[in-house]
Amino acid sequence: MSKQIFFDSSVDRAFKPKRIIGRFAIYSVLIFWAFLCLFPIYWTVTTTFKAAPDVMKGNLIPWWDFRPKWLGLKSLGLSPNTIFVESTVREEFLKRFANSAITSVGASSIAVLLGSCAAYGLSRFKYRFGFMRNSDISFFFLSQLILPPVVLALPFLVLYKELALLDTRVGLIALYTLTVLPIVIWIMKDQFSSIPTELEEAALVDGLSIWGAFLTIILPIALPGMVASFIISLVLTWNEYFFAALLTSSHAKTLPVMVASQTGSQGISWWSMAALSLAAILPLIIIAVILERYIIKGMAAGAVK
Amino acid sequence: MSSDNYLHIVTQDGVSNKKTRLGRLLMWGSVGLFVCTVVWQILQEYGVIDTQFSNWRPSLYAYFFWAICLCSAQVLLYGERGKRTLFILPAVLFVIAMVIFPLIFALGIAFSSWNLSSPDGRQFNGLDNLWEMWSDPFYWNALKNMVWYILAILPEYAIAFGLAVLLNAQIRARKFFRVAFLMPLMLSPVAVSWMIGKSMLEIRFGPISRLARFLGWDNPSFFGSGEMARGMIMVMDAWTFIPFMMIMILAGLQAIPRELHEAAQVDGAPPWKRFWEITFPLMLPVSITAILIRIIFKLKLADIIINVTSGGPGGATDSVTSFIYREYRDRSNVGYGTFLAIFYLVIIIFFMTALMKLAERWSKPRH
Repeated sequence: MSKQIFFDSSVDRAFKPKRIIGRFAIYSVLIFWAFLCLFPIYWTVTTTFKAAPDVMKGNLIPWWDFRPKWLGLKSLGLSPNTIFVESTVREEFLKRFANSAITSVGASSIAVLLGSCAAYGLSRFKYRFGFMRNSDISFFFLSQLILPPVVLALPFLVLYKELALLDTRVGLIALYTLTVLPIVIWIMKDQFSSIPTELEEAALVDGLSIWGAFLTIILPIALPGMVASFIISLVLTWNEYFFAALLTSSHAKTLPVMVASQTGSQGISWWSMAALSLAAILPLIIIAVILERYIIKGMAAGAVK
Repeated sequence: MSSDNYLHIVTQDGVSNKKTRLGRLLMWGSVGLFVCTVVWQILQEYGVIDTQFSNWRPSLYAYFFWAICLCSAQVLLYGERGKRTLFILPAVLFVIAMVIFPLIFALGIAFSSWNLSSPDGRQFNGLDNLWEMWSDPFYWNALKNMVWYILAILPEYAIAFGLAVLLNAQIRARKFFRVAFLMPLMLSPVAVSWMIGKSMLEIRFGPISRLARFLGWDNPSFFGSGEMARGMIMVMDAWTFIPFMMIMILAGLQAIPRELHEAAQVDGAPPWKRFWEITFPLMLPVSITAILIRIIFKLKLADIIINVTSGGPGGATDSVTSFIYREYRDRSNVGYGTFLAIFYLVIIIFFMTALMKLAERWSKPRH
């Protein structure tokens, strides 16, 4: 049977209530869930610009039932009339923001670097360290995923104190690298095993060394996987709270810790909390919108063998 | 050697005597340096030698130096084979330094009484922590809560599967829906606990409370009773993590060849039957992987609890992690807290091993 091209015969054009109801049901569920996912974000964004009476009246739509004001951003020293004025809150906020950015980007980069090399090695060569074979080494790496952060938290607290790494970015970066390394190795192993070995074999025959082949031939092909694992690491480390809350106090405190410390204090105004939360989630929302396909690719790795 | 690898290459491992000697020197020299530094610092700790080291940084640097020397020695000693080892060696050394060593250290702390705020310092107390744990109702309560939290994964999985099926259907604006559905996963749990837990669920002004009053619930209280509070924590955690399972399942759905569905359609199988007899069985391995990973993440659940309820009311929402966190934050009880954590780790290892064995059996095709 040849494929139908035109859909205008009487059979096709007939009114099909069942099909329409089905479509309607699908779209209403999809829209409902999209609403559930997006409403809290919308709520946070609008609350940033609400004055106290607007919050109490439960106004939701800007310009229609309340007039947006710069209250939230003003409390962070970022509104148009405060941005050029000296502001200790802004200093504090920018410092936390920078700490978060540096630790998450640093940890993700190191993890991708170490993890890609390890994943490449594991997908191409057979190792033997004593009783450890390739599968054992893979398991050794991936088993770190099971390790709950509490087990490491208190020893690290004591250890970092001895090493003078408490409340430093370097200490946090090292720990974050450890937490995302298994995920990077998982994604990258999947990525490398989809690249045919003939490519390196050809490169090696042409006189490249194994590291040369890895760096110049394989890595460019594996770039999407690296981006995916980098972004997923970034999401996990940017949002990390537990270690940051335990191991930092004044110097290296990250944004989530700042948000959390403000939530606890009574009498804090809604708009400033909303502005702070918004600042904590906005970078990743932007990344998610732009690089969505890499995130999905990274998470789908390992799902399909 | 070459035929052992997945990559078929023939290389010369010609290593000259001079290089071998240099490599050995590098390796053992750096080991010696590392051991010397550590011994030196231990002696200083016990007051045998008086040096000006104010912390253990020198030992850390010595470890770094040893790691670098070990890596270069591999290349010098084994040539081409060493270069291959170099791919995984840095990651292995890093993980050993960051996991194995602290774990051994943790075992030492776990069997001692150590309150950071007391001046006594660390004191070995044998199994006292075990007996304390045995009669600590709050810890067992937290473990029991973890069982509830884990069980909440099943409805999460069902919702995620449903959403994935919908996203896989012939729909318009698929990219918009995918991005929208992915969004909660991007949000930091701390921000979520304010956005939802503290503001949207706020009893007087929160939009959800308003909705509840509109629907006829006069005095909505979301964190009043234990069950309700636990349910709310589950919902918030589910909200952030459903996208994760959804995407894994979606990837699995897209890998199912279309011909299978077409064949079933030709055979006259109704859609419901097509789902149960084709899609679901084919999705079993992916589902099990997704659920296993989700369980691993769920076992670390803490951020939302710490920030929204801090375990209350009466420990009804406590997870093990948040309980130990408060044990440290409120009482600085490092020794006992570490023991609880180690005990938790042991339970997790047994639980996950059993689960993975079962999963392996389930995901094998039936005959």
